[in-house]
Parts: sequence; structure tokens; C-alpha cells
Amino acid sequence: MDAVTDAPSADARPFENVVRPPDAIDLRAEFVESGLAAVLEELDTDLVGLGPVKRRLREIGALLLVDRARARFGLQAVSPTLHMSFTGNPGTGKTTVALRMAQILHRLGYVRKGHLVTVTRDDLVGQYIGHTAPKTKDVLKRAMGGVLFIDEAYYLYRPENERDYGQEAIEILLQVMENQRDDLVVILAGYSDRMERFFTANPGFRSRVAHHIDFPDYSGEELEAIGGRILGGMNYTLSPDAEEAFHRYVDLRMKQPHFANGRSVRNALDRARLRQANRLFNGDRPVTVRDLTTIEAEDILSSRVFSGGIDSYPPLKP
Amino acid sequence: MNAIDKTTATETPRSRYSAGVMEYRKMGYWEPDYEPKDTDVIALFRVTPQDGVDPIEASAAVAGESSTATWTVVWTDRLTAHDKYRAKCYRVDPVPNAPGQWFAYIAYDLDLFENGSIANLSASIIGNVFGFKPLKALRLEDMRLPVAYVKTFDGPATGIVVERERLDKFGRPLLGATVKPKLGLSGRNYGRVVYEALKGGLDFTKDDENINSQPFMHWRDRFLYCMEAVNKAQAQTGEIKGTYLNVTAATMEDMYERAEFAKSLGSSIVMIDLIIGYTAIQSMAKWARRNDMILHLHRAGHSTYTRQKNHGVSFRVITKWMRLAGVDHIHAGTVVGKLEGDPHTTRGYYDLCREDFVPQNLAHGIFFDQPWASTRKLMPVASGGIHAGQMHQLIDLLGEDVVLQFGGGTIGHPMGIQAGATANRVALECMILARNEGRDIVHEGPEILQQAARHCLPLKQALETWKDVTFNYTSTDTPDFVPQATAAE
Amino acid sequence: MRLTQGAFSFLPDLTDQQITRQVQYCIDNGWAVNIEFTDDPHPRNSYWELWGQPMFDVRDAAGVMFELNECRKAHKGQHYIRVSAFDSTHTWESLRLSFITDRPADEPGFTLERQEVEGRSIRYTTRAYAANRPEGARY
Repeated sequence: MDAVTDAPSADARPFENVVRPPDAIDLRAEFVESGLAAVLEELDTDLVGLGPVKRRLREIGALLLVDRARARFGLQAVSPTLHMSFTGNPGTGKTTVALRMAQILHRLGYVRKGHLVTVTRDDLVGQYIGHTAPKTKDVLKRAMGGVLFIDEAYYLYRPENERDYGQEAIEILLQVMENQRDDLVVILAGYSDRMERFFTANPGFRSRVAHHIDFPDYSGEELEAIGGRILGGMNYTLSPDAEEAFHRYVDLRMKQPHFANGRSVRNALDRARLRQANRLFNGDRPVTVRDLTTIEAEDILSSRVFSGGIDSYPPLKP
Repeated sequence: MNAIDKTTATETPRSRYSAGVMEYRKMGYWEPDYEPKDTDVIALFRVTPQDGVDPIEASAAVAGESSTATWTVVWTDRLTAHDKYRAKCYRVDPVPNAPGQWFAYIAYDLDLFENGSIANLSASIIGNVFGFKPLKALRLEDMRLPVAYVKTFDGPATGIVVERERLDKFGRPLLGATVKPKLGLSGRNYGRVVYEALKGGLDFTKDDENINSQPFMHWRDRFLYCMEAVNKAQAQTGEIKGTYLNVTAATMEDMYERAEFAKSLGSSIVMIDLIIGYTAIQSMAKWARRNDMILHLHRAGHSTYTRQKNHGVSFRVITKWMRLAGVDHIHAGTVVGKLEGDPHTTRGYYDLCREDFVPQNLAHGIFFDQPWASTRKLMPVASGGIHAGQMHQLIDLLGEDVVLQFGGGTIGHPMGIQAGATANRVALECMILARNEGRDIVHEGPEILQQAARHCLPLKQALETWKDVTFNYTSTDTPDFVPQATAAE
Repeated sequence: MRLTQGAFSFLPDLTDQQITRQVQYCIDNGWAVNIEFTDDPHPRNSYWELWGQPMFDVRDAAGVMFELNECRKAHKGQHYIRVSAFDSTHTWESLRLSFITDRPADEPGFTLERQEVEGRSIRYTTRAYAANRPEGARY
């Protein structure tokens, strides 16, 4: 982990150009000029499903826009708390949405740079005494001006080991989340139930997180649509038979353990491409463009899923 | 009208070397098809032939006279690899907007030059040919020095980066002042000026070019009082200070003696004048390198041959030679001050001092790509008729790696030398601060200065005294190529 | 006495907003920002103590200001603190900017000692008054 993703370079920071408040603010116009409208529209078209998440994002965007308008009339004295929690199962789009959230905050002037720093416990917590504080501070410094996304945040808290260094990271995080709200936004992410337990055990986090967004699992149709987009992006299509096979595949896989929504779909299609390549390579005729771009039913049907196994690599032990 | 006959006659060895007088172009000094090698030294001359003299023949003559030729054919040529040693004029272009003048490109083989010797390089290129009768005038405009030759020189003893590290001064131009009046002060009075200026906020003070060892002040006296002033100012401010002690003298022995004395007193810098000659400059550069000393070069006398556009040697060539020779500071023009300096041409000199690779830029008078191959950077010095009120223009035009020298602009302050120095330093710091904050200093400069003057009375007084004094005269040495806007008629 | 090392010592002490802008300028140029502190301000003291490592991957000045404030908590009033920016570009590879952000409450300055030697020459030594006391107890 520990990845930094840049914000697209957009110098939309109308917040700073305001010298004196106007008589009235046209929120519609602000919505468009700030670039918020564009980001939300992109989100709508680029991401399959996620209806409730998109609604929450729109609500938060509206709140921030209004907050900003209020600030310009001098109605808001303190900067709002923007830290968030994203809960949901793996592969439900939390990281992708975090990236868009960073853009929204940047467009509205709530963060200065708009980059996203993605970390897990290992990036924050050290191996030996005195190691944790510099590590955590280093991550915080790099995230300043942007958004810090802590995946599976509950691993920071290990009550079974009272000398766990995670506690030190938690304390520094809480301090910075409270005192430097202008400098960075923290998003805590993970499974819903575990996050709930984490917040219960660490009320300091709960009180500092203003927005909770729950990411539902995708429906079968949504997963198929996601598959279609992944393939389209790589110049592949499913033959009609393969489409039927993929439909059955998704149906079966969803009911199996270790199902990871969009990520499972992506992995399944990667393996189908591997099988397609082998099929073409072992064939005895020259290949056409159509051959190269088409996934056939057999590429999908040879998955272990259809014989009751779990489709993953390396194979999971039964 | 600018069409010229560029053909060349092929001669057999036998006819080429039969006794008598032959046109230079026929002796092999004109080779329009020649492709200069990466290791060739290339010189660009501005040639003004006498009326009736063919420009190609004139240019070939320049190539000949600056390499192997003499006025008549000599059979001893045939004892040598003469094809290699012959300089080759390979291109002659009319000078834009200057009828009767021609740019001649001449390539010289590396073997024509001694390693690491400006004396030899200059004797070869300009030693013989400038008085040649068939030419009305001749100017060496630019030279391309190949990496292979650049690497035979030591280059600056200290260079910009190490100088900054040694002085612990980063992120702003350095500030200096030449002690005035330049003649007549006793050693004790002279040191007073140095102390006041350094304590007030300057980094350096400077001897003028003709301060050597006259009846009113012997050099040892000057050095002793100046170093007292430097050390005292250093203790008063906690900041490193220096004064360029001019060691220019009649003989090398005298110069070494003075430089050694400066070193023994703990000076970080000494200075020499350009008029001591290239060999003496290189000797002093080697001395400076051995003794961890910054070497300041005052370009005294250069205008006698650099200023007129049709005859002499361009200052950009002198700049290149001096970076090779190994001085650390060179006066390179102010643009806005009292001495000659077109902004584009001056920018060209500054680039040659400070960049590791200077690309061809005709609008700046740079005719060739010039690689410096990590030769240390030469600190340009802007001196002569500048004052605090021009700070925004100076920083915009000259950048931050430069010594800004305010002589009159420090010592002429109505409230005294210290106040003058403080005014300059505050003007400098507030302008750098504003520039770094992203402000448009060219346009907001006067306002930024006024703001800073609110907490600095000396700056306020300086701004009132000199207001917007500038020296607006037309430059004589300007680029021949001006970027043209494309007509959209 | 006011120590005039650094690029902005002749201006009134910089506000945090001004420091932030200078730091952002350095970051935007791709330079690594260092925080250093010392209680030995001798002009030839090149090596002030480093407060942590130079910050190579910080995007926003807030990250540097965070460390500057930590350094202030530990040393303000007793030490000089400066911010400097390192440029790793070939043929530079040194500092590009350096300025003092914090000073001790009182700056007693330096004394100049002279030792008369042969031929009217003098050997000079600059000594900080504060350096008469041991390190850590100077200001």
C-alpha cells in the first residue's frame, strides 16, 4: 500500500479569489463553476451502481457548497470537520470513491492539493519502540494538503496486546485530525461490523468523523455491467455464449466465500483472458482480430466455480 | 543583392603549392561542404571587407590568417598534415540589416590549440588577423568551445555553489559596493567605509580597478585596515563578510605577494583586473584554487574592444574565456545602470556564466550551443549606477545568482553609508520574499518597496533620493536577430 | 544585536503565513525542506542540528509547518531555528534558500578577539558571548 495518487491538475480554487461578499450567491452557478457538478457527473457515468453512495456524495457536496457560501457571509467561524468513514465489503469501490472525494474537496477549496495517500497499519505503525511516531508523522506530512485514506483502520487497534504500538499511531492521528482540520482530511475504511467495533472502542474517532458512508454489495446485474466495462476498456468482448456463461459464473461466485465484489469480477476476467490466450496459442489456425478480442464461453466455463470450487489463484484450500 | 558566389575551385596538390600568390578560397580555406566535427573549435566572425573585396575571399582570408596561411604559398606546408591544420570557413551569411557586413563561420581543428591556455587560444584566433588590410573591420562574435577543449581547463576555483556554501548565503543575490571616492582615501579612512557598508548589511565591499598602491594609500595599509573592518562587521552581525582586495600590480611577483598577504589576514576573496592579461589571470586562478580563495575579476578595459559592433571581440567571447580561465566573479552588466548593456545581449552573458548548457539563442546573441561539462558556475556581478529603487527590475532581469553592487547607491545615501547599505538589503530581501510568494514583482515592485519602507526609514530615504533615476541610452552592442512577430495581414 | 544570517533577517520576523508561503515555494520547486536549530550561531558553524530528516515527499507546506511547530515546542526561546531547502539538480546539489524563523529571546552577539602578531598583522577570533555557557544552557 502506501500509494500516492495525484489530483488532476485543476486550478479551480475560487475560494481564494473572493475579496468581499456579494449580495447573493447563486448556488447553481457555484455548483457548476466550482467543478463539483463535473466531478459528480463523472462519478455517475464512470461508476456502476453505488446509488446510495452517490446520493451521500451529492449531499456532502451540497453541504460543503452551502458551508462555503455561509463562510463568505461570515456566518461560519470554524472550518467544518470533514473526516469520514467508508464502510463496506472489499471491492465495493471505497478507494475509487475516496479519489473522487479528494477531487471534490479540492475543487471546493477544502484541501489545497487534492492528492490521495493510501495507507494501511504497516505504513503507520513501527516495528520497535520509537519507530511509530516518526512513521505516522511522515505519512501525515505527506498527506497534508490532500486526503489520507487508511484502509482497514481497525487493525490500528489491538486491545489483546496492551503494548501494541498502534495505540501511539492512534493518538497522533487523533491529535492531527483535531488540530489540523484545514490541512488534511482523513478517511477511515473497512468492513462495516469491524469499523463499528473500532469506533465503539475508540470514541475519539467517532466524535471526529463527520460523515459515514456505507458501500453496499453490488447486485448480480451490476457486477456483470462492471465486467462489461472492464473488458471494454481492454478491447475485449464476450461472445453471446460467453455472456450467458459469465451470468451463471457471477451468480455462483457471489454465493461463495471470499467474494470481493468488483475485485472478484476483475480477477475472474483476468483468468478468462489467460485461458483465451492459451486456447488461441494451442489452436491450429492463424488468428483474426475477432479471435483476439473475443472471450468464448469455454474460457469462462473451465473455471473451478462451476465444479463447486472457488475461483482464485493460488487455489484456496477447501 | 545578398547573393554571393559560394563556389570553390578544386586544385591539385601540384598547382596548389606552386610558388606565388593565390586566392585564400582556392587554398582550401573555403570549404562550403565541410561539416564541423564535435571536437572542432568554431569561431564566428563579423567580417566587413574593403569595398570591392568578395566576402567569401575575405572570410577565407580570415580563416587562413588565423591558422596556417601567410600571404604567399609556402612549400613547407607540404611537410605537414595541412588539410587538418587549415582552418575552414564553411559558411558565410549576410548580417541582417547591416549592408557590407558578413557572418563567417570558421572551424578549427583541436590540434591547433594548446591544452588549457587562453593565451594560445586567443593568439591563434585573434592574434594576427584583425589588422588585415583587405578588411575594413573584423569582430569575433562568438565561439563554440568543444567539450574536449573545455575539459582541459580547471574553470572557476570556487564557483557559485561553493561560494554560497562558504559564505552561508542562499536564495538571494549578494550585495556589494565599491568604495568611493575611488582615489585619495587613506587606508584608515578607506577601512571606515568598508566597516560601515558591511555592518549596514552588505555582503561585500570592493576596491576599484585602479586602487593598487598609490602615494595616498599603500596596499599593505589598505589590506590591514580592510580586514579589521571585515572582522569587526562580521562580529557585529554574526554573518560572513568580505572585501575584494585588489592585488593587481606591475608584476606577477608583486601580485603573488599581495595575494599571499591577503590570505594570511584571513580574507576570503581577492580581485584582479582584466588588463593584467590572460596569462596572469590564469596564474591567479590557479593560485586561488590552491588557496581556497574566491577570485573576483573586474573587467577593466574591456570596452576598448567589446563595445563597437563592427570591430573587436564580443564580451560573450571574453565571458567564455574567463569561465575557462577560472575566475569566480565577473562584471557582466546591469542593463539598467550607467554602463553599456542591452538586456538581451546581457542575458546571453549571464547564461554563459551560470548555466551548464547554453543553447543557441540568436535573440540573446548566442550563436552556438555551448556545453560546459560541469565546469563550475561563474558569478556575474552587476555594478555601475544602480540603486535600491530598481531592485524589482534587477531581480527580474538578472535573477538571484548575481552580486548586485551599489557603490554610489550605498555611499551616497543622505543618512550615511550604513543607512545606504541597510536600504539596499531591505529592498533586496522584501523583493525576494515577494517573488517567492508568487507576486508579480515587475509591476508591483514599486509598491512592494514602499511597503517595506514603512518599517525601514533608510529605504524610505533612498527611494526619495534616487526616485526613478535610470540611464536610458541606446546600446551599441545589440543582437542582430530580433524575434519577429509573424504578420497576420 | 540581531543575527543577520539567512535570506530574510533584515525584515521584521516572518509570520507563520509568510513562512508557509516560502516553504510552499521551495516544495513547488521540488526542493527538500530541512528544519535546523542551534544555540551556537557562529557564522562558520555550518552544521546546525537537524530536526528529523530533510522532508523529501511533502506536497503541502502544512507538513513542514507541523514539524516546525514540533521543533518550536522543544526549542523555542532557547535556540535559533532555520528552514532551508535543498536542490538535488545536477551542478547545484546544494541549498537554494535558507532563512531564520525563530530566535532566542535575547541575542547577546559576539566579541571580536585580536591577537597582535608580526608586521602589524592581527589574527581575529569571533566568539559568541552565549558560547561561554555550556551547550543547552546558552539562551
